[in-house]
Amino acid sequence: MSDTARTVAGRAFTVADTHPGRRISPRGSAFDYAFQALCFAAATALLASLGGVLISLAIGGWPVLSKFGFGFLTGKTWDPVRDIYGAAGPIVDTIITSLLALMLSLPIAGGVAFFLTELCPSFLRRPIGTAVELLAGIPSIVYGMWGLFVFAPVFAAKIEIPLMGMAPPGSIWETLLSGIPNGSGILSASIILAIMILPFMAATLRELLNTVPPQVRESAYGLGATTAEVVMKVTLPYVRRGAVGAVMLGLGRALGETMAVTFIIGNSHDFPKGLFDSGATIASTIANEFNEASGLQASALIALGLVLFVLTFLVLALARLLLRNPEG
Amino acid sequence: MIKTIAAGLAAALAITSVASAAAISGAGATFPAPIYNKWAETYKAKTNNQLNYQAIGSGGGIKQIEANTVDFGASDKPLQPADLEKNGLVQFPTVIGGVVPVVNLPGYKPGQIRITGRVLADIYLGLIKKWNDPVLQSWNPGVRLPNLPITVVHRSDGSGTTFLFTSYLSMVDPKWQAGPGASDAVNWPVGQGGKGNDGVAAFVRQTVGSIGYVEYFYAKQSNLTYLTMQNRAGRWLEPTAPAFAAGAAGADWTKAPGFYLLLLNQPSPTAWPITGATFILMHTRQTNPQAGKEVLTFYDWAYKNGDAEASQLDYVPLPASVKALVRKLVWPKIDGPNGKPVYP
Repeated sequence: MSDTARTVAGRAFTVADTHPGRRISPRGSAFDYAFQALCFAAATALLASLGGVLISLAIGGWPVLSKFGFGFLTGKTWDPVRDIYGAAGPIVDTIITSLLALMLSLPIAGGVAFFLTELCPSFLRRPIGTAVELLAGIPSIVYGMWGLFVFAPVFAAKIEIPLMGMAPPGSIWETLLSGIPNGSGILSASIILAIMILPFMAATLRELLNTVPPQVRESAYGLGATTAEVVMKVTLPYVRRGAVGAVMLGLGRALGETMAVTFIIGNSHDFPKGLFDSGATIASTIANEFNEASGLQASALIALGLVLFVLTFLVLALARLLLRNPEG
Repeated sequence: MIKTIAAGLAAALAITSVASAAAISGAGATFPAPIYNKWAETYKAKTNNQLNYQAIGSGGGIKQIEANTVDFGASDKPLQPADLEKNGLVQFPTVIGGVVPVVNLPGYKPGQIRITGRVLADIYLGLIKKWNDPVLQSWNPGVRLPNLPITVVHRSDGSGTTFLFTSYLSMVDPKWQAGPGASDAVNWPVGQGGKGNDGVAAFVRQTVGSIGYVEYFYAKQSNLTYLTMQNRAGRWLEPTAPAFAAGAAGADWTKAPGFYLLLLNQPSPTAWPITGATFILMHTRQTNPQAGKEVLTFYDWAYKNGDAEASQLDYVPLPASVKALVRKLVWPKIDGPNGKPVYP
């Protein structure tokens, strides 16, 4: 064995020696260079288009940003008639609905993923897995229509009206549960968002849990750990980094989701007073008004797009930061 | 080899461009899109000439015709004469629509409750909060109104419907004019926004005590409970096709420079107060006179033969008097490069 290796090395050396200055390229190397060049081009094109988006958003939003400055982020008035634009309402609503959606869907997504990898009988694994992936393929307008015409009436009758009736007058609950009880509003939008980001997070988490080597998991079971203990103490810590990534992907999708939210959130630019009150996210405001906008209003909508871009970037940066200090 | 393919491709392109020369293109308002497409379908069956209409919204239609990327633009609101002048455009109306207030009050029949423009403005300003408000009740002597809070529903997307509605409220109520004002989208003091006619109707259906506003054809097709409105002449009217047509026929188009005319709050005793026409925008100087001629041929055909189809889709056709004025006053202004009218 070592003899063969030596011979091969010797032969290579001889060849290189007799033709100095000429490199030996393995067969198919031309394709390899092309492949590398293509990959490089793809990566740089992505970076360039991202930069292009950022620059064109900044240019398009400049008239409004220069006119209102920091007030664009803190102002509460959105008045297309008088050309006064403050985006505080949509920014706050975007963050509230996305976080609520994450809080609602993370436990379920985790449950689905753990069930599929740890508990599910193998004949059920494939159908449930496929169902989760199919959910991810439903267009968002369908979620919006379903939310408005099917979910909202039921939600109003079964959840909103009873809850509002139960809230003690004068308590914080009364404020929190205030709004128009017709199934639209902040909480409804968050629930629809949660359903929409669920399949992404569940599918990614499942893939992650599948990467845990069977030996690790089996050793834990072998030591007498229960399923819950294996999940909490062994597999989850093993995939922690990836799991944060999956959650951030879900959050990113929730931040930018447009159509479904537009249908159900109630589209009011004021700060919401309660969970059932109307709101408006950044994406829904753009979707609502961009078609007919011109002048400063169009600029304000583009500036909103820039804000969303930065917000998403901050979320990703935060995710990176969390991953960098595993002890923290 | 590659040369042959390229030559073949070029030849094919040349053929398609020749073949599509008869196709005319337009873009703009979503409200008249169903009728324009219906007319285009019938027109193609009759004449084999193709018309492509893209419903991208009135704002988009105005941008496209200003950039001269389409043969005609379409807008739910007329352009101001100064804007027409600046961009070398003319406009003419095609069909009439209007806005109808709708409510969700179980037990009340469509048209049973009466409302005036000022009360409507007060409701949308959040000043009148209950259905049994004394002012509202005083207009409805024979009807006992419920002790229910009013939930206001408006459009969330920028739309010609909102433009008509808010323009009307600005006309009848100085408080509204000084407050939210008139535009495609305004800063609503109260209420929640639904996307499109569907969205408004859905919120109204799901909320007892709500009030919203939708396009006439949508109100007619969706069986919502509409309100009876008082017009400028003081008469109480239900939203019907003749009431909308009266709004257009009663207006004095000859005195409107550039055909800039809102049909709101017309003095005719039979006119529905919130009426509006949808408009076509064209350049006065056509760079391609053939395309300009095709567009006018199409709309001339639609004026002559399209009324039945428009009525079927619950649009209100233009009165004959208005059509005659468009033929006389607007179309002769559309010239080819030689300075002669492209049509007829």
